[in-house]
Amino acid sequence: MTPSPTPVVATVRDVTMRFREHTALEGVTTAFAENTITGLLGRNGAGKTTLMQLLTGHRIPTTGRVEVLGASPYENDRVLRDICFIKEGQRYPDHFRVRDALTAAAMVFPGWDGDLAAALVADFDLPAKRPVNKLSRGMNSMVGIIIGLASRAPLTLFDEPYLGLDAVARQMFYDRLLADYAVHPRTIVLSTHLIEEIASLLERVLLIDRGRVLLDADAESLRDSAVTVTGPTDTVQAFARQHDLLHTETLGGSSRAVVRIGGATDRRAAAAQGLSVEPTNLQQLVVAMSLQTPAVRGSLHPTRPADLEEVSS
Amino acid sequence: MNEDAGPIFRQVATEIENAIVDGSLAEESQAPSSNELAAFHRINPATAAKGLNQLVADGVLYKRRGVGMFVATGAREQLLKRRRSEFADQYVRPLMTEAQKLGISAGDLAAMIDDWETQR
Repeated sequence: MTPSPTPVVATVRDVTMRFREHTALEGVTTAFAENTITGLLGRNGAGKTTLMQLLTGHRIPTTGRVEVLGASPYENDRVLRDICFIKEGQRYPDHFRVRDALTAAAMVFPGWDGDLAAALVADFDLPAKRPVNKLSRGMNSMVGIIIGLASRAPLTLFDEPYLGLDAVARQMFYDRLLADYAVHPRTIVLSTHLIEEIASLLERVLLIDRGRVLLDADAESLRDSAVTVTGPTDTVQAFARQHDLLHTETLGGSSRAVVRIGGATDRRAAAAQGLSVEPTNLQQLVVAMSLQTPAVRGSLHPTRPADLEEVSS
Repeated sequence: MNEDAGPIFRQVATEIENAIVDGSLAEESQAPSSNELAAFHRINPATAAKGLNQLVADGVLYKRRGVGMFVATGAREQLLKRRRSEFADQYVRPLMTEAQKLGISAGDLAAMIDDWETQR
């Protein structure tokens, strides 16, 4: 079976985004395929939010091109009504009650599902008549999640949508997202630091570090791409030298290393050398890769300045 | 699904194979859909579909257009055959490795297995 090429909803071509002395994104090229859930991962300040702002027409790239649904999203109403962007700590007009925020969203999004919104308000036990400025942080996040899901927007982006949400509410979010996505597939981009919680929801992983793409791959092939090998330090080092070593720790005479490998043959080779071989989960892989880079190119990137004011415009 | 156990689609496939081997999913009965698997295991539906498709490629499941996936006749025997052939590699090899470390000979092991059989 050869899968037919999946249509692309958004493309980012060689995009650089500069703010005064700070480069938030540099030479980023990626694409978001139709009907996929992508995890946008990376450390604080890596450039995740900037990328989302570019995809949603909130900013224009310094150089490069962003295209969503065939056109630049910037000031493009036709494109923007098909995009729903739930920002971290989203704000609403102060006099709005929860139901006003939902009514406003219903007018903006052509695909809005009022029944789903009502069901989610009930699920989250959200007080519909309470003014949004009287909501707790978690409740405020719930409003964003409800709008994001009920919008059914062909491109929906959630930027760390879980602030203040307890574990139960987060699980509810993941379950409702998955349930609605199964019936109404669409393109979802989710930025998060809670990698372990959402790893199994993701079809694709885009890892950004210091404004550059570190990983852009199918989540399942990533689970197969790295192993954690443990054993005598000499053996571990010998194996690591033949592959791409991401991270290593030593205790006494034994070591543990996270190593990117080519496939099952390499895994068998490690086992044949007497090493204990375990799969590396997404979170471990992301942490290992993010830890690796500062040593490699740390001196090139001085501490980012606090001032993020835009240079152009 | 276990986030620490490699690709999830493979875990999905293995779990369905287990159900076929232990008889809880009978031949010619309908396998769970990718959306059912996705909801139950909290995984991406595309990942669940990949697991099912692998079983189709292996001849364990077959598609009935517009209805779903079904367990092929002979699937259980096919899986048993494959698992028997993998048994030495998956179970005997680690057993022998540990036995060698502890200085337990193959003969001692055989005696242990006999003891274990009689004590049941």
